[in-house]
Amino acid sequence: MSQPCQCMTISDDDPRYMELRAFIQKEENKQGVAMTALQEAQRLFGYLPLEVHKFISSETGVPIAELYGVTTFYSQFTTSPMGRHQIQVCMGTACYVKGAQKVLDKVIETVGVGVGMTTDDRLFTINAARCLGCCGLAPVMMIDDHVYANIDNVNCIPAIIAKYREDGSRSSK
Amino acid sequence: MVIESNNCQEIDCLKPLQTREGLNQLRDEWKAKLEQPKDIRVVIGMATCGISAGANQVYDAFREEFDKRGMTTIKLEKVGCVGMCVYEPIVEIYETGKDRVSYIHVDPPKVKTIIEEHILGGRPCPGLTLAGLNNDDKSAPECAGFDDLPFYRKQKRIVLHNCGFINPEDIRQYIGVDGYQALADVLTTMTPQDVIDTISASGLRGRGGAGFPTGLKWKFAAANEADQKYIICNADEGDPGAYMDRSVLEGDPHAILEAMIIGGYAIGATKGWIYVRAEYPTAVKRLHIAIDQAEQLGMLGENIFGSGFNFDIQIRLGAGAFVCGEETALIASIEGKRGMPRNKPPFPANKGLWGKPTIINNVETLANIPGIIRNGAEWFRSIGTEKSPGTKVFALGGKITNTGLVEIPMGTTLREVIEDIGGGCPNGKTFKAVQTGGPSGGCLTINALDVPIDFDKLVELGSMMGSGGMIVMDEDNCMVDIARFFLDFTCDESCGQCTPCREGTKRMLEILDKIVNGAAHKKDLDDLKELADNIRLTSLCALGQTAPNPVLSTMEHFMDEYLAHVVDKRCPAHVCKNLTGYYITDRCIGCTKCVRVCPADAITGAVKEHHHIDQAVCIHCGACFDVCPFDAIERR
Repeated sequence: MSQPCQCMTISDDDPRYMELRAFIQKEENKQGVAMTALQEAQRLFGYLPLEVHKFISSETGVPIAELYGVTTFYSQFTTSPMGRHQIQVCMGTACYVKGAQKVLDKVIETVGVGVGMTTDDRLFTINAARCLGCCGLAPVMMIDDHVYANIDNVNCIPAIIAKYREDGSRSSK
Repeated sequence: MVIESNNCQEIDCLKPLQTREGLNQLRDEWKAKLEQPKDIRVVIGMATCGISAGANQVYDAFREEFDKRGMTTIKLEKVGCVGMCVYEPIVEIYETGKDRVSYIHVDPPKVKTIIEEHILGGRPCPGLTLAGLNNDDKSAPECAGFDDLPFYRKQKRIVLHNCGFINPEDIRQYIGVDGYQALADVLTTMTPQDVIDTISASGLRGRGGAGFPTGLKWKFAAANEADQKYIICNADEGDPGAYMDRSVLEGDPHAILEAMIIGGYAIGATKGWIYVRAEYPTAVKRLHIAIDQAEQLGMLGENIFGSGFNFDIQIRLGAGAFVCGEETALIASIEGKRGMPRNKPPFPANKGLWGKPTIINNVETLANIPGIIRNGAEWFRSIGTEKSPGTKVFALGGKITNTGLVEIPMGTTLREVIEDIGGGCPNGKTFKAVQTGGPSGGCLTINALDVPIDFDKLVELGSMMGSGGMIVMDEDNCMVDIARFFLDFTCDESCGQCTPCREGTKRMLEILDKIVNGAAHKKDLDDLKELADNIRLTSLCALGQTAPNPVLSTMEHFMDEYLAHVVDKRCPAHVCKNLTGYYITDRCIGCTKCVRVCPADAITGAVKEHHHIDQAVCIHCGACFDVCPFDAIERR
């Protein structure tokens, strides 16, 4: 995993800290706040860098080491920023027996990075999902909120990815 | 995951129901609305699978057409999963005095046809129904609703009864199908001991996997004196390929709330937690709506039905850790810690969440409770087998025609599930095995097809019920590869606390990698077996103890496939890449299609000339095999 670059560093006066503080204060009386605070922080910032851990620690009194232990335990938490588009290839059993590995291989080949990695231009992050819960439509891939179902022919994948790439280059111009 | 736009009806007329009479009045009003609707009722399956298949666009299309045509009296409703996921998006039309009609694979153009022909013209469209498309079964009427199909005829829907019929975002519809009647019975006429006795007498066993008697669990927690007790609903459905809990939460969330309140009353808990996977945003949203509405109606909160009993429920989201399905790990996770299991005893019923007596029940287990209270223990015992009463929901997936959720009485045979309900393997392929119990379970072969399914029979056969995933595999699946797939999963999900699971599963995975890559020797198979036995006996929690099951079970039933990989260095199903070579036969006419798709440029040959694959360059991806229109490529 690469370190977050300077442009993604979160400044101390980022308004999202205020939101996070308000959330933690609201939860203050409830036990087990560490995990919900991390979940909220990830929702706000998109990832959990060291400075966010420091902030949550000072707000909740839970040591940074303990928070970091929680962050690294659960697969949904990430300490590095994600790409603009999240590609999730379902690798649940139902999808797997119907050829999900071929779908994943094709996605990796097309995008050019491996599972859990983000492209250098921060356009795509590839993930192998545990199960997206649409086993009736297997094999399934999801890009952001859109589900691509019944991918029986993996040769359709480059065209799908290209569409997101075009949109990405257009909006960055 | 797509969360549908927030257009659930605002129900502003919800007032607390303090009495049984108030509840009954609301039930009668809504029962009539649901069972004898004055106008046509159009329902769209909007669980995750339906939404993924495009149900939102179908809903919007109906809404737009109805608005445009001024058809304001027709009820358009979002319901949960009707079960036949493979045919989503599904739209069903209910009309008083007529059979329900179920339309499959609906898209916006079909919406127009359905409105014009069926709703306005009064002529259902057979071509758009399942029976119409595939009418092999002459006994079914031409425009059959799902009830008439073999897929449903062998099922018995208790847990899924309301899914696909009521709008899960409207508590009044749940009340209209006798919802919260069981709670009213319990709080106004039964003692906590009565409740425990009824559940014990019903013989209900936990549907999360191990099949522990629910009544006994409740009895243990009730017997403990404590200032606070908790009841937790385990909705951390981690088995990849099983989604019945998600379906219940999305289609009938109030059943879970009602059961938790009943359980709370029985054991003396006033607080409940629902621990649900964050990967289920639609379920989470509907649970929040359900809790809100239950609070408004006074089903949750203080002094429920004037009984003096208080209860409230909170939701906690998981963050992606399979091991959190284990009770003690789940408790650690709710406490905000790393979700690591601990040794038992003490059992959670004695010392659970924050050290207090805690009951953890699975979603499907809870969904059975209101029905048992309403209909009695005898009714429940009359379904299923003697030692495993009731039904079980299975997520039927993989190489099967009718993928979907099926609920069958315990004791149904595997053959009935796979052949009659599931419709067998598609494309004329031969059935090879079915995997039950997910990463903790094993596979059942053709020899087990006539065994009646219940908790104990599956264990006898070397598999287990698990949460109810049932993945069918055909001749094209490699069993060694499947075993490797599951071990890769458990190895990745091991919490790392105990050595047998952390290190042992990794070593097993390494051996399996050698086997699928053709680098293994026969001794590796002995090592694999020995490791598996040791991990099974010495791991701390059920994750490690059951992790070797998929390997042991495939080794028992498909040793020939293991030997083919190890000794002959070939994969009989042509799945393992490094053991599968691709060769071009005489059937090649030189169309160059394969040349164009080969990512490694390993294929040479001019147009209309026989092509050739350079074996030194080939990466065994199979792209040429998939694309060849003349079946001229052979796998060896």
